[in-house]
Amino acid sequence: MSSTEPAVSLKGLRKRFGALEVLKGIDFSAREGEVVSILGSSGSGKSTMLRCINMLETPSAGEVAIGGETIRLVPSRDGLKPADRTQVDRLRSSIGMVFQSFNLWSHMTVIENVMEAPIHVQKRPRPECIAEAEAILDKVGIADKRNHYPAHLSGGQQQRAAIARALAQRPKLMLFDEPTSALDPELVGEVLRVMRALAEEGRTMLVVTHEMGFARDVSNRVVFLDKGVIEAEGTPAELFDGPRSDRFHQFLANT
Amino acid sequence: MDLNFLYEALLTIIPGIPLTLKLAGSSVGLGLFIALPLALMRLSGVAALDWIARAYTFVFRSTPLLVQIFIIYYGLGQFREIRSSLLWPILRDPYWCAIIALTLNTAAYASEIIRGGLTSVAAGQIEAARAVGMNRLTAFRRIIVPQAVRQALPAYGNELILMVKATSLASIITMLEVTGLAAKMISETYRAIEVFIVAGSVYLVINFVLTRLLKLAEAHLNPHTRPHLDAVPGATR
Repeated sequence: MSSTEPAVSLKGLRKRFGALEVLKGIDFSAREGEVVSILGSSGSGKSTMLRCINMLETPSAGEVAIGGETIRLVPSRDGLKPADRTQVDRLRSSIGMVFQSFNLWSHMTVIENVMEAPIHVQKRPRPECIAEAEAILDKVGIADKRNHYPAHLSGGQQQRAAIARALAQRPKLMLFDEPTSALDPELVGEVLRVMRALAEEGRTMLVVTHEMGFARDVSNRVVFLDKGVIEAEGTPAELFDGPRSDRFHQFLANT
Repeated sequence: MDLNFLYEALLTIIPGIPLTLKLAGSSVGLGLFIALPLALMRLSGVAALDWIARAYTFVFRSTPLLVQIFIIYYGLGQFREIRSSLLWPILRDPYWCAIIALTLNTAAYASEIIRGGLTSVAAGQIEAARAVGMNRLTAFRRIIVPQAVRQALPAYGNELILMVKATSLASIITMLEVTGLAAKMISETYRAIEVFIVAGSVYLVINFVLTRLLKLAEAHLNPHTRPHLDAVPGATR
């Protein structure tokens, strides 16, 4: 990835589910090393925007580029579809994604979850993957749970395992889709601490979140989505402390 | 009860066990090769394939296995074209007719069990597989199949037990498996109760062993549903 290229860029991104247009033309880019929080009320399209980046949702129109490489899309029955699945798979393997509901593979232990993509997708040598998985689990603080199955972990531990799984991909970009929304309030802190540490390492992160504290203190930039468009965008200071748009003001008052 | 006669009946029936096991084993094994494509056709999202698989399943689940055996064994021979075809040496043989009927029948049931297993895998886990860059085949092999097998095993175990018992119908078309030998012995001795009790017990033992094996397989495949050692007070590694 050349350093002049943005880590992600979206141009004129639209997404329609049947009659409902969820994204109505998003232009967005993030530089390498940037931490961007994406805020918005439910239904504003923020998760859809994130999911269009790694093609878990295919856009109805517009362009997505990862590290300067545009994902080739061709027309399909209901919008667009990837022209080349292997291109999408290759780009996905360099993007770590953390889901709201963890989505750990329930038939694998924690460390097996973490090693799966490095071994079976990236085809890296097994001993190297084991050593790296152990280091990552140590880093997210669940090394002692390495041989446990997901069902035996708390929500916070599961989410940290999921973050470890994403880190093991050696991702150039990390996507977080409401990573703390499914957690009990007392477990949110342990996940946010891990994410804060990753941000401090200079990782490129896009975080869809309702955690205003995280958005304000950790991110370099905040994007506020409303009804499928970017309503406001800026540094946390600009957005939270400067003159606010009416909608953002209303949104903050409601959360 | 005449213990000597029971023993004699047992000795008469035991030689039928290999045939019973061969009929059950072959048809279950062959049935899987038909069942998996059928299940994938049901899930393909292609209307024509889905419809063909549905029709197959509907026909073979909704008619009695005995009728299917009769149609294949007695029915097909009515057609001159079949009698003169290359398949006739197989289709005139009651052993193969029994295997074909049992196979086609179990395939219909097994395809539904497999389909149930495949659809039971949480969508989020499949999405996570796609998100790390797995292609469809790798996701199927690494994430979907292992979980589908675990999910489907209890229902499939049921099907295996039913199949062991279903082989008894092959006795109607002259197969001398367990039930066939029992029926033959009864026609010679007129002592139906004793002989059938022995025959029933033989099935009981076969299925007892089978259920033990299934239980072992289930425990082996499902470590994640067992409580972790750390969660069991007093357990040691």
